[in-house]
Amino acid sequence: MKSRTPASENLITAIVKGTGYSAIIFVVVIFIFLLSQGLPTLREVPLSNLFGTRWYPIEDYFGILPLLLGSLIVTLGATLIAVPIGIVNAIYISEISPRWAREILKPLVEVLGGLPSVVLGFLGILILAPYIRQLLFISTGLAAITGSILLAAITIPTIVSVSEDALDAVPRSYRDAALALGATQWQTIWKVTLPAARSGVLTAIMLGVGRTIGETMVVLMVTGNAPVMPTSFSALFAPVRTMTATIAAEMGEVANGSTHYHVLFFIGIVLFLIALVVNITASAVVFRSRKRSERILS
Amino acid sequence: MNWKNATLPHNLFTAIIRSMKIVCLLPFILVILIASGCGPPQGNQASGTPQAQIAYIQNKGSDTMVNLALAWAENYQGLRPDVNVSVTGGGSGTGIAALINKTVDIANASRKIKPEELAAAKKNGSDPIEFIVARDAIAIMVNPNNPVNQLTLQQLSDIYSGKIDNWSEVGGEDRPIVRLSRETNSGTHVYFLEQVVRLGQKENKTLFATNTLLLPSSEGITAEVRDNPNAIGYDGLGYVVPEVKVVAVARSSSDPYNMPSAETVNNKTYPIARDLYMYTTGQPTGEIKDYLDWILKPDAQAIVKNLGFVPIIIP
Repeated sequence: MKSRTPASENLITAIVKGTGYSAIIFVVVIFIFLLSQGLPTLREVPLSNLFGTRWYPIEDYFGILPLLLGSLIVTLGATLIAVPIGIVNAIYISEISPRWAREILKPLVEVLGGLPSVVLGFLGILILAPYIRQLLFISTGLAAITGSILLAAITIPTIVSVSEDALDAVPRSYRDAALALGATQWQTIWKVTLPAARSGVLTAIMLGVGRTIGETMVVLMVTGNAPVMPTSFSALFAPVRTMTATIAAEMGEVANGSTHYHVLFFIGIVLFLIALVVNITASAVVFRSRKRSERILS
Repeated sequence: MNWKNATLPHNLFTAIIRSMKIVCLLPFILVILIASGCGPPQGNQASGTPQAQIAYIQNKGSDTMVNLALAWAENYQGLRPDVNVSVTGGGSGTGIAALINKTVDIANASRKIKPEELAAAKKNGSDPIEFIVARDAIAIMVNPNNPVNQLTLQQLSDIYSGKIDNWSEVGGEDRPIVRLSRETNSGTHVYFLEQVVRLGQKENKTLFATNTLLLPSSEGITAEVRDNPNAIGYDGLGYVVPEVKVVAVARSSSDPYNMPSAETVNNKTYPIARDLYMYTTGQPTGEIKDYLDWILKPDAQAIVKNLGFVPIIIP
């Protein structure tokens, strides 16, 4: 085989390196654009208005707190539903199910993750919302709980896939040792395997949360878009307005460069920062524990 | 590894690699071929220049008027195949914003342009000219099982501002009221805010109750009203479906209650009626002028009647 000349070698290295850095550059450029369009808000809107409790942009009420809390409530509800179901599913698929069932279940879960969110939103308005209203005796089914259920349906496949991979990666020797010491299968799973796969499972949850915060179509159609300030946990059963739905619903009507336009970009900055924090936490967990396990196993 | 000792014959090995290289190049060749077909769109001239090519008119704005605008565009296409009218919705606010940004030829609006929007448009060099093209009634919808049949404007204002919270206060059952509304970019929403919630008073600064559901489409409103006995909603008369119940409205408790229809809008006995507008950037010329002239003629106004709105002239 002919040996490559140094020039082409350097060229290919440079291209690959540039492609790798371009990912970081895209994120930085997007963030700079968001900042440039969103920071004028701080000059144009007084902070007492911006962090107030009323969102009604056509009359210059730009309080983003109801939107922020609305997003958080819906995400919290979705996480509370999706995490137990997702982890239990992952445990079943990787630890308990027979091999033939695993071959069918894993692809099926991936298919559920491929459902377009607007289809779920449509089903939510027509079928789930009336059912929730009658089941829970609340005044309307277009509430945060309906949004949470549908978002959980979107998040569960992510959590199941990544957790199942993490559980699979736990070395067989851990399980064999536990069983040899007399533990039952459930004791092994709960006290040995799952803690060993803890970092992967946490990553899965973080990825799910990151996806849920940014989900737009479902919450736009199903949560009622009412900018109520949630005051207690019962706000889960009342309509809310999320940041993503606000941007989606109102971006079309703003005149370029108006105050409303800048405030919407400010909301975008807040969303971006939340997603950034969630993703950094997820990767920090992964990297930190890899070093620890490398130390232990070496 | 010493390739001379490879088990595959050298010729076959290189032949396989060469064919793989060609196969890998195919997607790149395809992309280049397809991309070379892209170029600036042909014939995309601003309407007003009379040419043998197709002229395009961009028509954007009110969701209330979008079906009407589409019907007009389709009919006009039959008369003038060389003019292509493209219609999009997005709400009156969206249309007027596009007018200010000069990205649209005709903006549809179900409310009048606001003074601050007019100022912004003039500052940007776009001088909006207003045309009234049809009339509309706002129908108040409730669930068919709701015993309430009639409401005054004051009751509607109190319901939507949050002062009245239970159906029993307006003669219905003991149920909480769920208020449904269009989004803030909708002309219908702004019209309802000014004429019903604020009762037409300019100094009145009442707002919608914070727990008013702001739904992005008329279909969302009718779906919820149809299903939820607690719900009340409003929308243009053309969007009322048979499965919901329309209530009669009176200006005050001493006035007669009237159901919305073309007659009650035209003889001004229905209190929540409005004009539907089309705005252009500056005085229209050429194709845009022809289109607007056609809209104000009897044939186009007959379409208005078919869609459930109120024609401005009797066809």
